[in-house]
Amino acid sequence: MSEPLELVVSVSPHIRAKEIVSGIIGWVILTLLPVTLMSVYVFGLYAVKIIILSVGTTVLTEAAIQKLRKIPITIGDGSAALTGLLLALILPPRVPWWIPVIGGLVAITLGKQVFGGLGYNVFNPALVGRAVLMVSWAEPMAQSWLSPLGRLDAVSTATPLALMKQARAGLAQFHSAYYYKPLLFTNPGGCLGEVSALLLLVGATILLYKRIIEWRIPAGFLSTVFVLSLFTKTDPFFQVLAGGLLLGAFFMATDYVTSPVTPRGTLIFGIGCGFITVLLRCFSNVPEGVTCAILFMNAFTPLIDRYTMPRVYGKGKRREKAPL
Amino acid sequence: MVKIPRWGTYLPETKEKTSGKLIEDASLSSEVVISLCQHIGAPCNPLVEKGDRVLVGQKIGDTEAFCSAPVHASVSGEVIAVEPRPHFTGGCLLSVVIAADGKQENVEFAGVSGKLTPQKVRCAVREAGLVGLGGAAFPTHVKLCPPEGKSIDSVIINGCECEPFITCDHRNMLEKADLLLDGLRIIMATVEAEKGYIGIEMNKLDVIRKVEELVAGEENIKVVRLDTKYPHGAEKQLIKAVLEREVPSGGLPMDVGALVHNAGTTIAISEAVREGKPLTERVLTVTGPGVKNPKNLRVKIGTPIGHLIEGCGGFEGEPGKVIMGGPMTGFAQFSLDVPVVKGTSGVVLFPRDQVEITPHGPCFRCGRCIRACPVFLVPNFIGLYVERDMIDKAEVYSVMDCIECGLCAYVCPARRPLVQYMKYAKGKIMARRKKTS
Repeated sequence: MSEPLELVVSVSPHIRAKEIVSGIIGWVILTLLPVTLMSVYVFGLYAVKIIILSVGTTVLTEAAIQKLRKIPITIGDGSAALTGLLLALILPPRVPWWIPVIGGLVAITLGKQVFGGLGYNVFNPALVGRAVLMVSWAEPMAQSWLSPLGRLDAVSTATPLALMKQARAGLAQFHSAYYYKPLLFTNPGGCLGEVSALLLLVGATILLYKRIIEWRIPAGFLSTVFVLSLFTKTDPFFQVLAGGLLLGAFFMATDYVTSPVTPRGTLIFGIGCGFITVLLRCFSNVPEGVTCAILFMNAFTPLIDRYTMPRVYGKGKRREKAPL
Repeated sequence: MVKIPRWGTYLPETKEKTSGKLIEDASLSSEVVISLCQHIGAPCNPLVEKGDRVLVGQKIGDTEAFCSAPVHASVSGEVIAVEPRPHFTGGCLLSVVIAADGKQENVEFAGVSGKLTPQKVRCAVREAGLVGLGGAAFPTHVKLCPPEGKSIDSVIINGCECEPFITCDHRNMLEKADLLLDGLRIIMATVEAEKGYIGIEMNKLDVIRKVEELVAGEENIKVVRLDTKYPHGAEKQLIKAVLEREVPSGGLPMDVGALVHNAGTTIAISEAVREGKPLTERVLTVTGPGVKNPKNLRVKIGTPIGHLIEGCGGFEGEPGKVIMGGPMTGFAQFSLDVPVVKGTSGVVLFPRDQVEITPHGPCFRCGRCIRACPVFLVPNFIGLYVERDMIDKAEVYSVMDCIECGLCAYVCPARRPLVQYMKYAKGKIMARRKKTS
């Protein structure tokens, strides 16, 4: 008999892919950096203040709650920081300092930790934060914009989407094509993350290329908005570029935890998001609908998963509902 | 044209260390441990006692049961014990321990004489103790006896070898391509199948070219080039890739008229039928970053793996993990005394610093396991249910269809032990079914 050795014994597989949770979240943060930096360039200290307060609050809140729950503190995985960054990117530039702080607190507590933390939350935490802010402090949330095409010191109450809405009601003149260039490159009239559609697309391309996000949700989301815009007689290119649609479609609707996991389910989820977005943009009394659309579809995620379970190899008919 | 399946994943192949190396004969170890149950089915009863002298190829264990295969002595020498000894799946099984005398005297072998008939072939294959050499170790003669009413039209030779690191089938096919084809023809004649296919992954182009050359002009045998995507070598996935047929859940390949044999088994069938050679040795790969000189070896069944590692120059770095089989489906060993069995395709070693021991996190629903699963299960949901001991739910989500290929756990960024959950649930369900039946 050979002398005993200390060997590791575990169940197969004995090799693992390189990707880990913190690495994936790190890539999402990294691909958001171009647009984040652009927002700092366009909005200056306003943006810096919001980003620092938002990220700081989410990270500290997560650590504090995990300490209270006496569970390991996992702020190192970056998910709290990502929530903070996303929240900052969907806030108007001139909001008072306490808006990102309250938003961050709500996002982590009500949006995530009450459900049990990473992996268990039903709704996208950053969007929960924004929704609570929009409902509770409607005025600062709706009137802290900078003028769409104008100077930094001029405060405006209208984003390009709001202008489109007014035009539909016959209250204003509006030429959507006029906004293509600013929306693509530097658009001061919107949230932090809406300053440049082009930089969002650059980040999204990297995520798609690295297969960190799958194409189905953004493809379903964007194409539905595009097609429905034709039916509602609005400019489809403008609809896709304006507001938080690109940010929502590539970085928020694709959130793993709150979107379906089945291939068919993700497509349905994306189409649903697009449908509700156009519905709200064209027929509600608020200018933007991406936040509500994604939150609404988040609630349907378990149901969509259940009805779109893949057909198991060697098992009968194509569509089989998973039992309750 | 190579078809790309929508399931599966490209693994780092890491076969380059041994894929170009000729098969060498491993040195004889002074003691071999031959387990009396090296297959799926009924265990054998010992036919020898302590103190008996045995010859190479002498039958030392057999049973009356149909679904079983006899075992033979792989060395000549004296039986020093018939007792439970460690087995690669953990635990101990009754084994015959033989002290080798180094003379390697063998019993007389004789191939099948006269015209080959299905009955003669089955008999020769059973007497040779053949089992599936790909790893599952199902008795080969049972597969050659399709029951009444089932007809087999296609025989598929599994030359995928989709496990990383392992190259024994690659080398064996390359060095014994003629026997591979002979074996395939024997199988086709025995089960009266019209078509023969040899499925080989594209990372073995040398084998593909050689076999294609040998079958040129034969209309009923075809080489199928397969994408190097894991797990192409899993039986049901191979049938789907080659024949576009799906084996029904809980069914067998013969339900769709197919029969799959591993390449190594096919070569052994030819040897058993033509020469009457019992299965006393097999080709395996000793490899991995934890061994000094990786090699393809022809090894006597029953050789302790410690002896093989010594023969390959010993450990490289501090020993960390010793795996019997491939890294995706193999079994980690706690002792180097564990012997090689008929189904051992390789011994893979990792040094301590390359063995990852990390706590697993919560599932964050990335869906990678679902996209990778070759059976189209939802491993994340099944894992969550098993974690809470909700075995009924796991059963409803078809956990019994899991083939334990290991991909879900491989791709999981949260490092969740999904295969462990599957195995646990399957074990529980099997035990319950046994109790109720």
